[in-house]
Amino acid sequence: MPEIAAAHADPGAHAHHPALQHHFQTLEQQQEASTLGMWIFLVTEVMFFGGLLMAYLLYRVWYPLAWSEGSLELDIRLGGFNTVVLIGSSLTMALAVRSAQTGAQKATVRWLLLTMALGLTFLVVKFFEYREKYLLHHIPGPNFQFEGPEAAHVQIFLSLYFGLTGLHALHMVVGFCILAVITWMAHRRRFSPEWYTPVELSGLYWHFVDIVWIFLFPLLYLVDRAHHLS
Amino acid sequence: MSGHVSPKTTYYAIFGALMVLTAITVTIAFINLGPLNFPVALGIAILKATLVILFFMHVKYSSQLTKLICGTAFFFLFVLFGLTLSDYLSRGWFVAPGGTAAAGTRVTIGPPAPIAEPAGQTETDTEPQTAPER
Repeated sequence: MPEIAAAHADPGAHAHHPALQHHFQTLEQQQEASTLGMWIFLVTEVMFFGGLLMAYLLYRVWYPLAWSEGSLELDIRLGGFNTVVLIGSSLTMALAVRSAQTGAQKATVRWLLLTMALGLTFLVVKFFEYREKYLLHHIPGPNFQFEGPEAAHVQIFLSLYFGLTGLHALHMVVGFCILAVITWMAHRRRFSPEWYTPVELSGLYWHFVDIVWIFLFPLLYLVDRAHHLS
Repeated sequence: MSGHVSPKTTYYAIFGALMVLTAITVTIAFINLGPLNFPVALGIAILKATLVILFFMHVKYSSQLTKLICGTAFFFLFVLFGLTLSDYLSRGWFVAPGGTAAAGTRVTIGPPAPIAEPAGQTETDTEPQTAPER
Protein backbone atom coordinates (compact mmCIF):
# COMPACT_ATOMS: atom_id res chain seq x y z
CA MET A 1 0.00 0.00 0.00
CA PRO A 2 2.70 2.57 0.76
CA GLU A 3 4.23 1.94 -2.66
CA ILE A 4 0.90 2.53 -4.39
CA ALA A 5 0.35 5.68 -2.38
CA ALA A 6 3.86 6.80 -3.28
CA ALA A 7 3.23 6.03 -6.95
CA HIS A 8 0.03 8.03 -6.89
CA ALA A 9 1.82 10.88 -5.17
CA ASP A 10 4.42 10.94 -7.91
CA PRO A 11 3.07 13.14 -10.72
CA GLY A 12 5.39 11.43 -13.25
CA ALA A 13 3.77 8.02 -12.57
CA HIS A 14 0.60 9.04 -14.44
CA ALA A 15 2.30 10.26 -17.56
CA HIS A 16 1.02 7.21 -19.40
CA HIS A 17 -2.22 5.91 -20.91
CA PRO A 18 -4.99 5.68 -18.26
CA ALA A 19 -5.73 2.08 -19.28
CA LEU A 20 -2.15 0.93 -18.58
CA GLN A 21 -2.01 -1.06 -15.33
CA HIS A 22 0.95 -0.43 -13.05
CA HIS A 23 2.32 -3.96 -13.28
CA PHE A 24 2.87 -3.68 -17.04
CA GLN A 25 5.62 -1.67 -18.65
CA THR A 26 3.90 -0.88 -21.94
CA LEU A 27 0.43 -1.15 -23.48
CA GLU A 28 1.84 -3.67 -25.98
CA GLN A 29 2.96 -5.91 -23.14
CA GLN A 30 -0.42 -5.55 -21.44
CA GLN A 31 -2.29 -6.37 -24.65
CA GLU A 32 -0.07 -9.41 -25.24
CA ALA A 33 -0.74 -10.71 -21.71
CA SER A 34 -4.51 -10.16 -22.05
CA THR A 35 -4.66 -11.92 -25.42
CA LEU A 36 -2.65 -14.85 -24.08
CA GLY A 37 -4.96 -15.15 -21.07
CA MET A 38 -8.01 -15.16 -23.35
CA TRP A 39 -6.48 -17.87 -25.52
CA ILE A 40 -5.78 -20.06 -22.47
CA PHE A 41 -9.44 -19.64 -21.49
CA LEU A 42 -10.46 -20.61 -25.03
CA VAL A 43 -8.30 -23.76 -24.79
CA THR A 44 -10.31 -24.82 -21.71
CA GLU A 45 -13.48 -24.09 -23.70
CA VAL A 46 -12.27 -26.31 -26.54
CA MET A 47 -11.78 -29.17 -24.07
CA PHE A 48 -15.20 -28.40 -22.51
CA PHE A 49 -16.96 -28.91 -25.86
CA GLY A 50 -14.45 -31.68 -26.70
CA GLY A 51 -15.88 -33.92 -23.97
CA LEU A 52 -19.38 -33.65 -25.42
CA LEU A 53 -18.08 -34.16 -28.97
CA MET A 54 -16.27 -37.30 -27.77
CA ALA A 55 -19.60 -38.63 -26.44
CA TYR A 56 -21.16 -37.75 -29.82
CA LEU A 57 -18.44 -39.64 -31.74
CA LEU A 58 -18.64 -42.72 -29.54
CA TYR A 59 -22.43 -43.04 -29.71
CA ARG A 60 -22.25 -42.44 -33.44
CA VAL A 61 -19.90 -45.45 -33.72
CA TRP A 62 -22.30 -47.54 -31.65
CA TYR A 63 -25.63 -46.48 -33.19
CA PRO A 64 -25.03 -45.38 -36.80
CA LEU A 65 -28.63 -46.17 -37.82
CA ALA A 66 -30.04 -43.96 -35.08
CA TRP A 67 -27.67 -41.16 -36.09
CA SER A 68 -28.92 -41.42 -39.66
CA GLU A 69 -32.57 -41.32 -38.56
CA GLY A 70 -32.00 -38.59 -36.01
CA SER A 71 -30.19 -36.18 -38.32
CA LEU A 72 -33.10 -36.41 -40.79
CA GLU A 73 -35.30 -34.94 -38.03
CA LEU A 74 -33.28 -31.71 -38.07
CA ASP A 75 -34.20 -28.95 -40.52
CA ILE A 76 -31.25 -28.44 -42.86
CA ARG A 77 -32.68 -25.12 -44.12
CA LEU A 78 -32.87 -23.57 -40.64
CA GLY A 79 -29.45 -24.98 -39.76
CA GLY A 80 -27.94 -23.66 -42.99
CA PHE A 81 -29.58 -20.25 -42.50
CA ASN A 82 -28.15 -20.07 -38.97
CA THR A 83 -24.70 -21.01 -40.28
CA VAL A 84 -24.79 -18.08 -42.73
CA VAL A 85 -26.08 -15.75 -39.99
CA LEU A 86 -23.36 -16.78 -37.53
CA ILE A 87 -20.49 -16.57 -40.02
CA GLY A 88 -21.90 -13.18 -41.04
CA SER A 89 -21.82 -12.09 -37.41
CA SER A 90 -18.18 -13.17 -37.25
CA LEU A 91 -17.47 -10.90 -40.23
CA THR A 92 -19.20 -7.92 -38.57
CA MET A 93 -17.34 -8.66 -35.32
CA ALA A 94 -14.00 -8.70 -37.15
CA LEU A 95 -14.92 -5.39 -38.79
CA ALA A 96 -15.89 -3.97 -35.36
CA VAL A 97 -12.42 -4.86 -34.04
CA ARG A 98 -10.87 -3.29 -37.12
CA SER A 99 -12.89 -0.09 -36.60
CA ALA A 100 -11.70 0.04 -32.98
CA GLN A 101 -8.11 -0.46 -34.17
CA THR A 102 -8.35 2.43 -36.60
CA GLY A 103 -10.19 4.70 -34.15
CA ALA A 104 -13.48 4.78 -36.10
CA GLN A 105 -15.63 4.94 -32.96
CA LYS A 106 -19.07 5.34 -34.54
CA ALA A 107 -18.36 2.50 -36.98
CA THR A 108 -17.29 0.31 -34.03
CA VAL A 109 -20.68 0.84 -32.37
CA ARG A 110 -22.53 0.18 -35.65
CA TRP A 111 -20.66 -3.08 -36.36
CA LEU A 112 -21.12 -4.24 -32.76
CA LEU A 113 -24.87 -3.55 -32.92
CA LEU A 114 -25.08 -5.47 -36.21
CA THR A 115 -23.17 -8.38 -34.63
CA MET A 116 -25.63 -8.42 -31.72
CA ALA A 117 -28.59 -8.32 -34.12
CA LEU A 118 -27.23 -11.31 -36.05
CA GLY A 119 -26.55 -13.17 -32.80
CA LEU A 120 -30.12 -12.53 -31.72
CA THR A 121 -31.40 -13.77 -35.10
CA PHE A 122 -29.50 -17.02 -34.56
CA LEU A 123 -31.06 -17.47 -31.11
CA VAL A 124 -34.58 -16.74 -32.39
CA VAL A 125 -34.21 -19.36 -35.17
CA LYS A 126 -32.83 -21.80 -32.59
CA PHE A 127 -35.87 -21.12 -30.40
CA PHE A 128 -38.23 -22.07 -33.23
CA GLU A 129 -36.19 -25.22 -33.91
CA TYR A 130 -36.47 -26.21 -30.24
CA ARG A 131 -40.18 -25.34 -30.25
CA GLU A 132 -40.81 -27.70 -33.17
CA LYS A 133 -38.99 -30.48 -31.28
CA TYR A 134 -41.15 -29.73 -28.23
CA LEU A 135 -44.39 -29.92 -30.23
CA LEU A 136 -43.33 -33.24 -31.81
CA HIS A 137 -42.42 -34.69 -28.37
CA HIS A 138 -38.84 -35.12 -29.58
CA ILE A 139 -37.33 -33.76 -26.37
CA PRO A 140 -35.62 -36.65 -24.53
CA GLY A 141 -37.33 -37.62 -21.31
CA PRO A 142 -40.52 -39.34 -20.09
CA ASN A 143 -42.65 -37.73 -22.83
CA PHE A 144 -40.30 -38.69 -25.67
CA GLN A 145 -42.12 -40.15 -28.68
CA PHE A 146 -40.49 -41.40 -31.85
CA GLU A 147 -41.67 -43.82 -34.52
CA GLY A 148 -39.13 -46.35 -35.69
CA PRO A 149 -37.03 -49.33 -34.62
CA GLU A 150 -34.17 -47.13 -33.39
CA ALA A 151 -36.34 -44.88 -31.18
CA ALA A 152 -34.35 -45.50 -27.98
CA HIS A 153 -31.08 -44.66 -29.68
CA VAL A 154 -32.53 -41.66 -31.54
CA GLN A 155 -33.29 -40.37 -28.05
CA ILE A 156 -29.54 -40.51 -27.32
CA PHE A 157 -28.86 -38.61 -30.56
CA LEU A 158 -31.38 -35.94 -29.62
CA SER A 159 -29.97 -35.74 -26.08
CA LEU A 160 -26.57 -34.95 -27.58
CA TYR A 161 -28.22 -32.55 -30.05
CA PHE A 162 -29.81 -30.61 -27.20
CA GLY A 163 -26.66 -30.85 -25.07
CA LEU A 164 -24.35 -29.55 -27.77
CA THR A 165 -26.62 -26.89 -29.30
CA GLY A 166 -27.94 -25.88 -25.86
CA LEU A 167 -24.43 -25.31 -24.54
CA HIS A 168 -23.60 -23.44 -27.74
CA ALA A 169 -26.75 -21.29 -27.38
CA LEU A 170 -25.76 -20.55 -23.78
CA HIS A 171 -22.41 -19.30 -25.05
CA MET A 172 -24.28 -17.15 -27.57
CA VAL A 173 -26.36 -15.58 -24.75
CA VAL A 174 -23.20 -14.92 -22.72
CA GLY A 175 -21.50 -13.47 -25.81
CA PHE A 176 -24.54 -11.27 -26.47
CA CYS A 177 -24.36 -9.86 -22.91
CA ILE A 178 -20.59 -9.24 -23.24
CA LEU A 179 -21.15 -7.43 -26.55
CA ALA A 180 -23.88 -5.30 -24.96
CA VAL A 181 -21.35 -4.07 -22.37
CA ILE A 182 -18.64 -3.56 -25.01
CA THR A 183 -21.07 -1.63 -27.24
CA TRP A 184 -21.95 0.63 -24.31
CA MET A 185 -18.24 1.21 -23.61
CA ALA A 186 -17.62 1.96 -27.30
CA HIS A 187 -20.59 4.37 -27.28
CA ARG A 188 -18.99 6.15 -24.30
CA ARG A 189 -15.79 6.44 -26.38
CA ARG A 190 -13.73 4.37 -23.99
CA PHE A 191 -11.64 2.79 -26.76
CA SER A 192 -8.87 4.21 -28.89
CA PRO A 193 -6.29 2.85 -31.36
CA GLU A 194 -3.93 2.72 -28.34
CA TRP A 195 -6.29 0.64 -26.20
CA TYR A 196 -9.11 -1.54 -27.55
CA THR A 197 -8.31 -4.81 -25.72
CA PRO A 198 -11.91 -5.51 -24.55
CA VAL A 199 -13.17 -5.31 -28.16
CA GLU A 200 -10.38 -7.61 -29.35
CA LEU A 201 -10.98 -10.19 -26.58
CA SER A 202 -14.77 -10.28 -26.89
CA GLY A 203 -14.14 -10.71 -30.62
CA LEU A 204 -11.99 -13.78 -29.89
CA TYR A 205 -14.82 -15.21 -27.77
CA TRP A 206 -17.42 -14.53 -30.47
CA HIS A 207 -15.27 -16.17 -33.17
CA PHE A 208 -14.75 -19.20 -30.92
CA VAL A 209 -18.51 -19.62 -30.58
CA ASP A 210 -18.73 -19.37 -34.37
CA ILE A 211 -16.11 -22.13 -34.76
CA VAL A 212 -18.10 -24.42 -32.43
CA TRP A 213 -21.12 -23.99 -34.71
CA ILE A 214 -18.96 -24.61 -37.81
CA PHE A 215 -18.39 -28.11 -36.39
CA LEU A 216 -21.87 -28.68 -34.90
CA PHE A 217 -23.71 -27.92 -38.15
CA PRO A 218 -22.15 -30.70 -40.29
CA LEU A 219 -21.94 -33.18 -37.40
CA LEU A 220 -25.58 -32.87 -36.36
CA TYR A 221 -27.40 -31.83 -39.54
CA LEU A 222 -25.34 -33.13 -42.46
CA VAL A 223 -22.99 -36.12 -42.15
CA ASP A 224 -25.50 -38.96 -41.71
CA ARG A 225 -28.20 -37.59 -43.99
CA ALA A 226 -26.86 -39.02 -47.25
CA HIS A 227 -26.94 -42.61 -45.98
CA HIS A 228 -30.69 -42.60 -46.49
CA LEU A 229 -30.08 -42.05 -50.23
CA SER A 230 -28.98 -45.27 -51.88
CA MET B 1 -0.68 -0.21 -30.04
CA SER B 2 1.13 -2.43 -32.49
CA GLY B 3 -1.84 -4.65 -33.43
CA HIS B 4 -1.92 -5.70 -37.06
CA VAL B 5 -4.72 -4.01 -39.01
CA SER B 6 -5.93 -6.23 -41.86
CA PRO B 7 -7.48 -4.54 -44.89
CA LYS B 8 -11.26 -4.80 -45.12
CA THR B 9 -10.97 -6.76 -48.35
CA THR B 10 -9.24 -9.59 -46.44
CA TYR B 11 -12.24 -9.95 -44.14
CA TYR B 12 -14.72 -9.90 -47.04
CA ALA B 13 -12.62 -12.46 -48.94
CA ILE B 14 -12.50 -14.80 -45.92
CA PHE B 15 -16.26 -14.40 -45.46
CA GLY B 16 -16.76 -15.28 -49.14
CA ALA B 17 -14.56 -18.36 -48.81
CA LEU B 18 -16.50 -19.48 -45.71
CA MET B 19 -19.80 -19.10 -47.59
CA VAL B 20 -18.52 -21.11 -50.57
CA LEU B 21 -17.28 -23.88 -48.24
CA THR B 22 -20.67 -23.91 -46.45
CA ALA B 23 -22.44 -24.30 -49.81
CA ILE B 24 -20.09 -27.16 -50.77
CA THR B 25 -20.59 -29.04 -47.50
CA VAL B 26 -24.40 -28.70 -47.71
CA THR B 27 -24.37 -29.95 -51.32
CA ILE B 28 -22.18 -32.94 -50.44
CA ALA B 29 -24.59 -33.84 -47.64
CA PHE B 30 -27.11 -34.87 -50.33
CA ILE B 31 -24.63 -37.11 -52.17
CA ASN B 32 -24.04 -40.55 -50.71
CA LEU B 33 -20.28 -41.09 -50.61
CA GLY B 34 -20.60 -44.05 -48.25
CA PRO B 35 -17.94 -43.91 -45.55
CA LEU B 36 -16.42 -40.75 -47.11
CA ASN B 37 -19.27 -38.40 -46.10
CA PHE B 38 -17.96 -38.00 -42.57
CA PRO B 39 -14.26 -37.27 -43.34
CA VAL B 40 -15.17 -34.87 -46.18
CA ALA B 41 -17.59 -32.87 -44.00
CA LEU B 42 -15.08 -32.83 -41.14
CA GLY B 43 -12.27 -31.75 -43.46
CA ILE B 44 -14.32 -28.80 -44.76
CA ALA B 45 -15.23 -27.84 -41.16
CA ILE B 46 -11.53 -27.93 -40.16
CA LEU B 47 -10.66 -25.77 -43.18
CA LYS B 48 -13.36 -23.24 -42.24
CA ALA B 49 -12.23 -23.17 -38.60
CA THR B 50 -8.62 -22.63 -39.72
CA LEU B 51 -9.65 -19.61 -41.83
CA VAL B 52 -11.55 -18.10 -38.88
CA ILE B 53 -8.65 -18.72 -36.47
CA LEU B 54 -5.94 -17.37 -38.76
CA PHE B 55 -7.67 -14.27 -40.09
CA PHE B 56 -10.70 -13.32 -37.94
CA MET B 57 -8.88 -14.20 -34.69
CA HIS B 58 -5.59 -12.70 -35.95
CA VAL B 59 -3.50 -15.76 -35.04
CA LYS B 60 -1.61 -15.33 -38.32
CA TYR B 61 -0.27 -12.04 -36.96
CA SER B 62 0.02 -13.07 -33.29
CA SER B 63 3.11 -13.91 -31.25
CA GLN B 64 4.69 -17.36 -31.26
CA LEU B 65 3.41 -17.92 -27.71
CA THR B 66 -0.22 -17.29 -28.72
CA LYS B 67 0.20 -19.65 -31.68
CA LEU B 68 1.58 -22.31 -29.34
CA ILE B 69 -1.33 -21.96 -26.90
CA CYS B 70 -3.81 -22.19 -29.80
CA GLY B 71 -2.01 -25.30 -31.04
CA THR B 72 -2.19 -27.02 -27.64
CA ALA B 73 -6.01 -26.88 -27.79
CA PHE B 74 -6.03 -28.99 -30.94
CA PHE B 75 -3.21 -31.23 -29.72
CA PHE B 76 -5.16 -32.20 -26.59
CA LEU B 77 -8.37 -32.54 -28.60
CA PHE B 78 -6.48 -34.97 -30.85
CA VAL B 79 -5.27 -36.92 -27.78
CA LEU B 80 -8.83 -37.08 -26.43
CA PHE B 81 -10.40 -38.29 -29.70
CA GLY B 82 -7.44 -40.31 -30.96
CA LEU B 83 -6.76 -42.40 -27.88
CA THR B 84 -10.45 -43.04 -27.14
CA LEU B 85 -11.33 -44.03 -30.71
CA SER B 86 -8.17 -46.15 -31.08
CA ASP B 87 -9.75 -48.35 -28.40
CA TYR B 88 -13.36 -48.43 -29.59
CA LEU B 89 -12.70 -48.62 -33.33
CA SER B 90 -10.11 -51.41 -33.02
CA ARG B 91 -12.13 -53.72 -30.73
CA GLY B 92 -13.29 -55.94 -33.59
CA TRP B 93 -9.92 -56.27 -35.33
CA PHE B 94 -8.64 -59.24 -33.33
CA VAL B 95 -10.96 -61.55 -31.44
CA ALA B 96 -9.28 -63.89 -28.97
CA PRO B 97 -10.58 -67.53 -28.78
CA GLY B 98 -13.71 -67.51 -26.65
CA GLY B 99 -13.90 -63.71 -26.79
CA THR B 100 -16.59 -61.59 -28.37
CA ALA B 101 -16.53 -58.49 -30.53
CA ALA B 102 -17.93 -55.53 -28.60
CA ALA B 103 -20.69 -53.24 -29.80
CA GLY B 104 -18.19 -50.66 -30.99
CA THR B 105 -17.07 -52.74 -33.93
CA ARG B 106 -19.97 -52.03 -36.26
CA VAL B 107 -19.16 -48.77 -38.02
CA THR B 108 -21.13 -49.33 -41.22
CA ILE B 109 -24.87 -48.96 -41.60
CA GLY B 110 -26.66 -52.26 -42.12
CA PRO B 111 -28.78 -54.85 -40.35
CA PRO B 112 -27.13 -56.49 -37.32
CA ALA B 113 -25.65 -59.96 -37.86
CA PRO B 114 -27.67 -62.81 -36.25
CA ILE B 115 -26.07 -64.31 -33.14
CA ALA B 116 -25.33 -68.05 -33.51
CA GLU B 117 -26.98 -70.28 -30.90
CA PRO B 118 -24.51 -72.44 -28.95
CA ALA B 119 -25.22 -76.06 -29.94
CA GLY B 120 -24.92 -79.24 -27.88
CA GLN B 121 -24.51 -77.38 -24.59
CA THR B 122 -27.42 -78.85 -22.63
CA GLU B 123 -26.68 -82.54 -23.27
CA THR B 124 -23.10 -82.48 -21.99
CA ASP B 125 -24.05 -80.51 -18.87
CA THR B 126 -26.66 -83.01 -17.61
CA GLU B 127 -24.34 -86.04 -17.45
CA PRO B 128 -22.14 -85.07 -14.46
CA GLN B 129 -25.19 -84.01 -12.45
CA THR B 130 -26.82 -87.44 -12.64
CA ALA B 131 -23.65 -89.27 -11.60
CA PRO B 132 -23.68 -88.65 -7.76
CA GLU B 133 -27.27 -89.99 -7.38
CA ARG B 134 -26.25 -93.54 -8.17
